[in-house]
Amino acid sequence: MKKFGIKEVVAIGIGTALFVALTEVQIPLGFIPNTALQPRAALLAFMAAVFGPIVGGAVGLIGHALGDALFYGSVWWSWVFPEAVFGIAMGVFAAKFAIKDGDFGKKQIVLFNVVQVVANAVAWILVAPLLDIVIYAEPANKVFAQGFWAFLGNIIIAGILGTLIAVGYSKIGAKSSSLAKED
Amino acid sequence: MSRILSYEEKDTWIHRLSGVTKLIFFLLWSLTSMLSYDTRVLLVMLVLSLVIFAMSKTKWQQVGTVFKFIMFFLVINLLAIFFFSPNQGEKIYGSATPIVHLFGPYTLTYEQLFYEFNVMIKYLTVIPAVFMFIVTTNPSEFAASLNRVGISYNIGYAVAIALRYIPDVQDDYTAIKHAQEARGIEMSSKAPLMQRIKNMAAIIFPLIFSSMDRIDVVSNAMELRGFGKYKKRTWYSGKKLQRNDYLTIGVSVLFVVVALIVTFYDGNRFYNPF
Repeated sequence: MKKFGIKEVVAIGIGTALFVALTEVQIPLGFIPNTALQPRAALLAFMAAVFGPIVGGAVGLIGHALGDALFYGSVWWSWVFPEAVFGIAMGVFAAKFAIKDGDFGKKQIVLFNVVQVVANAVAWILVAPLLDIVIYAEPANKVFAQGFWAFLGNIIIAGILGTLIAVGYSKIGAKSSSLAKED
Repeated sequence: MSRILSYEEKDTWIHRLSGVTKLIFFLLWSLTSMLSYDTRVLLVMLVLSLVIFAMSKTKWQQVGTVFKFIMFFLVINLLAIFFFSPNQGEKIYGSATPIVHLFGPYTLTYEQLFYEFNVMIKYLTVIPAVFMFIVTTNPSEFAASLNRVGISYNIGYAVAIALRYIPDVQDDYTAIKHAQEARGIEMSSKAPLMQRIKNMAAIIFPLIFSSMDRIDVVSNAMELRGFGKYKKRTWYSGKKLQRNDYLTIGVSVLFVVVALIVTFYDGNRFYNPF
């Protein structure tokens, strides 16, 4: 794991700004009313995969809390923490994805998506509904249904958009890091 | 892109309080409203938060649109709870007093109504606190206060950067969106789903890549100015704690303790009038 330096501080800052700004950007699914794909889920998957668990967790936590507060005037803590869980889980595998090194090939794409689906499942089917029940005493079947929809939407958007962003950025990153350091 | 809550400078005692105080108050307040399901505690909190809200001289125009938005979600949420679990109230309060039978398994009971009323005020108690916090706290001072309450200044600074760049990123997004729309991409629900995701990518790609460049530029600038050299840093907009700050913190802590004692006095977090 890389050490926590200036770049990580700025990555959390700008990543959070992006996450908050994308809060109100949603792709309506159309066939089910009031459901939408959230591109910010793809952004978080990408940021965590590039910068690691600390940045991923912080962007998820601060971004979700701040986004809720600024746009909705209220903070749903039971959905803030799962977002951090997802960011941390994705970030743990950052070195394996090697997006910045330009090695984001077929094998990494598969790994990226496996991790993404598992992390989303833990965050939205497990952690979010449990917190909803503990904090707000909401009915179990309602929160699990909600969690499942969030899970489904997020794996679709992170799988398609997240993968595309990672592939694209990996190609650009490869050019700038193709110089080897001379000893 | 607008409809976002933002800081507005005014001269009230709430505005003059240090960001630390308001952050501590906000966190304690959220914690209490999360833990308690006691109707009496929640009602007192709701009234108090409205009083504080009024004292901060926040105008309806500053928060009106956001508030309507929240109410919309709240109503949907309450309906969803009833739809998924019409007997949740009975489970919690241990009795059922039917008012009217609707259809199928759906019978409206006083317990369910009371439970949903509690859910509603539980959400409502936090809203004025969030409004008050965001509208009366200077963003740069907020970063300073995070550092004051013991969070690493790296995180405090990251939050400051986030607050500073949200409007910039929003502007970028709008500019890119307009440019892509001028080239003829369809962003509404008229396009099929796969097409819509692709079109979204056409906006998000430039946005994220330019932001990745911005991360490099900003971190280089900070490195040149020696950011992170020392273990501590000072803050231009940090405020010292004054008498009113200590008073507010003291009163909030006292309030939380009393509220939690009242809540858990009878063994659980629910107030049962039935």
